Amino acid sequence: MAKVHVNTTVNGDAVEFLCNPGETLLDILRNDLQLTGTKEGCGSGDCGACSITVDDRLVCSCLVLAVEAEGKKIGTIEGVADKDQLNVIQQKFLEHAALQCGICTPGLIVSVQALLKENPNPTEEQARYYLAGNLCRCTGYDKIIRAVMDAAETMRGAA
Amino acid sequence: MKNTNEATDASHYKYIGTRSIRPDGFEKVTGRANYGADLSLPGMIWGKMLRSPHAHAMIKSIDISKAEALAGVMAVVTYNDFPSVSSEIVATGEGTEDLLDLARNLMADGKVLYHGHAILGVAAISRQIAEQALALIDVEYEVLPAVLDVRDAMAKDAPVLHEKMYTEGLAETPNTASNVASVVELKKGDVDAGFAQADVIVEREFYTPTVHQGYIEPHACTVRYDEHGQSMVWCSTQGHFDVRATTAKLLHMSLSKLKVIASEIGGGFGGKTTVYLEPVALLMSKKSGRPVKMIMDRDEVFKASGPGSATRNWIKIGAKNDGTITAMQGKLHYEAGAFKGSPARLGGMTAFTPYDVENMFVECYDVVVNKPKVAAYRAPGAPQAEYAAEMIVSELAARLAIDPIDFRLQNAAKEGTKTIYGPKLKRVGLVECLEAAKNSPHYQQALKENQGRGVSSGFWFNIGGSSSVTLNMNRDGTGTIVEGSPDIGGSRASMQLMAAETLGIAAESFKTIVADTENIAHNDGTGGSRTTFATGMAVVEAAKDVIRQMKERAASVWNVNVDVIDWVDGVAINVGGSEKLSAAEICATADRTGGQISGQGNINARGAGPSFAVHICDVEVDKETGKVDVVRYTAIQDAGKAIHPSYVEGQYQGGAAQGIGWALNEEYVYNDKGILQNPGFLDYRIPLASDLPMIETVIVEVPNPAHPFGVRGVGESGIIPPLAATAYAVSDAINAPITDLPCSPPNVLAVIQANS
Amino acid sequence: MPIVDYKAPVSVDEAITMLADCNTDVKVLAGGTDLIIQARPASSNPLTVIDVKYIDSMMTASVDSDGLTLGPAMSCAEFTARDDIKAIYPGLVEAAYLIGSTQVQGRASVGGNLSNASPAADTIPPLIANGARCVVAGPDGERDVAVEDFVVGVGNNCMLAGELLKKIHLPLPQARTSDAYLRFIPRTEMDIAVAGAGVSITLNSDGLCTAARVAIGAVAVTALLVPAAAEALIGTKLEDSALQAAASAASAASKPISDRRGTADYRRHVVGVLVKRAASIAAQRAQEK
Repeated sequence: MAKVHVNTTVNGDAVEFLCNPGETLLDILRNDLQLTGTKEGCGSGDCGACSITVDDRLVCSCLVLAVEAEGKKIGTIEGVADKDQLNVIQQKFLEHAALQCGICTPGLIVSVQALLKENPNPTEEQARYYLAGNLCRCTGYDKIIRAVMDAAETMRGAA
Repeated sequence: MKNTNEATDASHYKYIGTRSIRPDGFEKVTGRANYGADLSLPGMIWGKMLRSPHAHAMIKSIDISKAEALAGVMAVVTYNDFPSVSSEIVATGEGTEDLLDLARNLMADGKVLYHGHAILGVAAISRQIAEQALALIDVEYEVLPAVLDVRDAMAKDAPVLHEKMYTEGLAETPNTASNVASVVELKKGDVDAGFAQADVIVEREFYTPTVHQGYIEPHACTVRYDEHGQSMVWCSTQGHFDVRATTAKLLHMSLSKLKVIASEIGGGFGGKTTVYLEPVALLMSKKSGRPVKMIMDRDEVFKASGPGSATRNWIKIGAKNDGTITAMQGKLHYEAGAFKGSPARLGGMTAFTPYDVENMFVECYDVVVNKPKVAAYRAPGAPQAEYAAEMIVSELAARLAIDPIDFRLQNAAKEGTKTIYGPKLKRVGLVECLEAAKNSPHYQQALKENQGRGVSSGFWFNIGGSSSVTLNMNRDGTGTIVEGSPDIGGSRASMQLMAAETLGIAAESFKTIVADTENIAHNDGTGGSRTTFATGMAVVEAAKDVIRQMKERAASVWNVNVDVIDWVDGVAINVGGSEKLSAAEICATADRTGGQISGQGNINARGAGPSFAVHICDVEVDKETGKVDVVRYTAIQDAGKAIHPSYVEGQYQGGAAQGIGWALNEEYVYNDKGILQNPGFLDYRIPLASDLPMIETVIVEVPNPAHPFGVRGVGESGIIPPLAATAYAVSDAINAPITDLPCSPPNVLAVIQANS
Repeated sequence: MPIVDYKAPVSVDEAITMLADCNTDVKVLAGGTDLIIQARPASSNPLTVIDVKYIDSMMTASVDSDGLTLGPAMSCAEFTARDDIKAIYPGLVEAAYLIGSTQVQGRASVGGNLSNASPAADTIPPLIANGARCVVAGPDGERDVAVEDFVVGVGNNCMLAGELLKKIHLPLPQARTSDAYLRFIPRTEMDIAVAGAGVSITLNSDGLCTAARVAIGAVAVTALLVPAAAEALIGTKLEDSALQAAASAASAASKPISDRRGTADYRRHVVGVLVKRAASIAAQRAQEK
């Protein structure tokens, strides 16, 4: 089985890799590109821990073939902060203690970023439904939703 | 949006009680934190397990020839590759296990006992090739009938899982093997006399299904075996010292030959207190000469890690018309899974402990069935038994036309109440929690049509145990807190606050690290709500040790007796003079005054304080479909002292959410052959962001006298009350008794239809 | 790995040629949210996937006087953002919106949902209720199949080897017509339908129902068109008795199974409740037109 050569962009950097046609983008990100911030929780699109963006569209990277990344713009948790300067969402997650174990956090932050890009002023209910695909087992979501609403407000204020 | 999550009292502390940013936060919000699956080593290969497609079967033959011939396969490991072990009780996390059972759970010894039971392991140069190799292995089975419920397991002619297991705890030693591993009786007073005094008696049998902790991170490890030097295990665990102890024992290694590094841990809730992969991965590494990584797939986590027991619990409670409970009785049956060791006894110890009642009697049955061996799950054993008891308590209150909180207050356990398991309770905060519930805005709010309300108490002991902390002071007066308790929910922040408070040095001056088994003395695992309590006490001890040394150094500089040195806000003061030396100044010159400063706090913490919780749940029921929505929820709990209020609230909220899931939709669904039908997050339905309201919290603080800051553990009690609070709310909304969990739409609709 | 080759044609003709030329099992890849999971077991046959997302006509939708012409691989996220489609077929858009999480919405498509042919597929009942038809292209030309005939069994559609779902077409509804889709799931999101109901209702100016189509999902091996339920509504003003009669007809027509998502009895009951509620919503929408 011949490997496929893929040219893509990850967090703004031009990246190329070789993959088997059946490999998922999640596996390539984690195992070949060493971008382990994207987590695997289920491998079936049910938990959202592997959330990334492909051409600004939020997806589960466990349900994307690596070959599909050709020519696309990939965004992962590693690209959210500006070097060591945290994004507002990341900062609010810390201030609100919106994480306990932290395994769902990278996927959630990528998802919240996509949410606030699409809808800078979500209601609590809209935020909850948008994030329904990001499972968190530790927090009961309360502090996550507070962090999201606070981040949205701060970002609107700054805009 | 109203923030209801403020701590209830202002404290006199400077650092404790503040909402500091957790020290490991930056790594965790940027994706830099490394979890169980995140370590790769040069030359590393991938291991996978072959698992049983049957619930109960004899293995007639295994043919691995085709798998071994597949290019890229580096090692195959079966039960026969393990050194022989014999029956021996060993400590694992929150409980104990029989070493032989542990070995046979890691890999089947000629007989598979549940769907997903590991049969062998294969390591190959890629995850894909390892999976292909598994598909090439031929196993011939003789399928046996599966036993899937305590009732079937206890039936006279039930198929027996273990031919050498005889029921323990019976008056007469049995001479036939049984699926009942043990029977334990707990007793105080005389229940028959108690029931004779009662005006009203309610009794029912309740069912709770098998549930999973549902941590989002699957079990994972990377290991390297080294015959001559030291082997290494990197894994996601609540207790890396326990992983080392069990793995070393199973593989006949000395502790010094094995180093275990705790990765960041993506949730555990009790489920990551034992080993499933690590010893197998080490054997693969030994055979192949390569580092080995193993990651469970999600379906393997559900099928073959340790869920929480399904139970059938019968409860009977009697009370007088004036609201006095006269007797409480229970017969508890807990599924242990394939090997003995359910938390039935813990169920018996907790079921009635929120009550100060003279007469109590509980029988606890530990029963094996063809399901995965259960593991600890947040207050192991308590939610199931307390669910049943609290449902009856609420029903009794309704029958007596007494407010359910008043009824609980009237009978509440308090300081001096004798528990069913022996000792009297010390100072506890149940009454304060009940009063806070009664006074909460939630409890004052009227219900709407199709809504119902439930209230429940919850009790968990909490534990202390062995914790070791080193506090290394740097030359600039900052310090590193070296602990050995994996941080599962923000405990590093609490350690910093306790060190800061003790030393009078700003919390940001400290870095907290979770050291591997080489770099700190033994620590018991993160479990039993012990970390902030016990490891926190060790931090305080280490900080006091630092203060003692600082004072000595100052005394030597000033050439005075150490007795005249005070330590105030991080500064040594000569009481007899005007000299002062700050921690930073003392540290900067430490080499000249006797060497670097490092404090030690190695303790076995005693005096863990129980944490009582009281929850209020409002639901709305769609009576045409049986669907239940939680519309308002309040969690009230005694923290003793909240070191970091945000993470205390987080424990209450997370426990509530898990308990609501248990009450409403979570359950293992098996077919009649014992094949698990829902091993994934699609059909094992844990609560989503859109399923829940905000979870209001009240932190009650009745200090634990045994802790320097009054801490009680808060991690576990919060999962206990949601079961009965939610289920009773449903019962209230539909005006019919609920006995079986989950309150899933089909189950609730069936109750509605049966009662209409 | 079971997926051994990946091809990305840029035209339907090229895709059909690739399907014909393949010497392994072959599947069309749209969003992949079902396919990538199904292709994972190591024991499955080697598979070639043909990614149709580079074919423009597969990824676009247009509404004109003939109705809606939908590229089958257009993502649900893009589809549900189209206000022009939502104004005419709100029920179908609701159904597309219900498929999976936001993440899954970014990939999954109506055509993929249809072709995967799950009995519980959310878009199939409202497609049937709207009289949708499939254009299937193959080496021997094109054929046109009603959605209720497109799906032939659990996981099976009527397409032969070498054929491709090229277009989905929905006729423009008559005046005062609208639709609704409801499904029942235990949680608020992320579940597979325990039962589903897609209803299209046409009212006259007096509010009398003159035409209706009722389709139910997850209660038989395929989604079912239930003429008896529609007949119970036609000629009525959708009073409670008519809604109840439609509900009973739907329950009677259902042939559910018991599984991890619900019992047969429960599904039979709930599908009736959904038909009743969806018919009310569709009628309300038709009234407002």
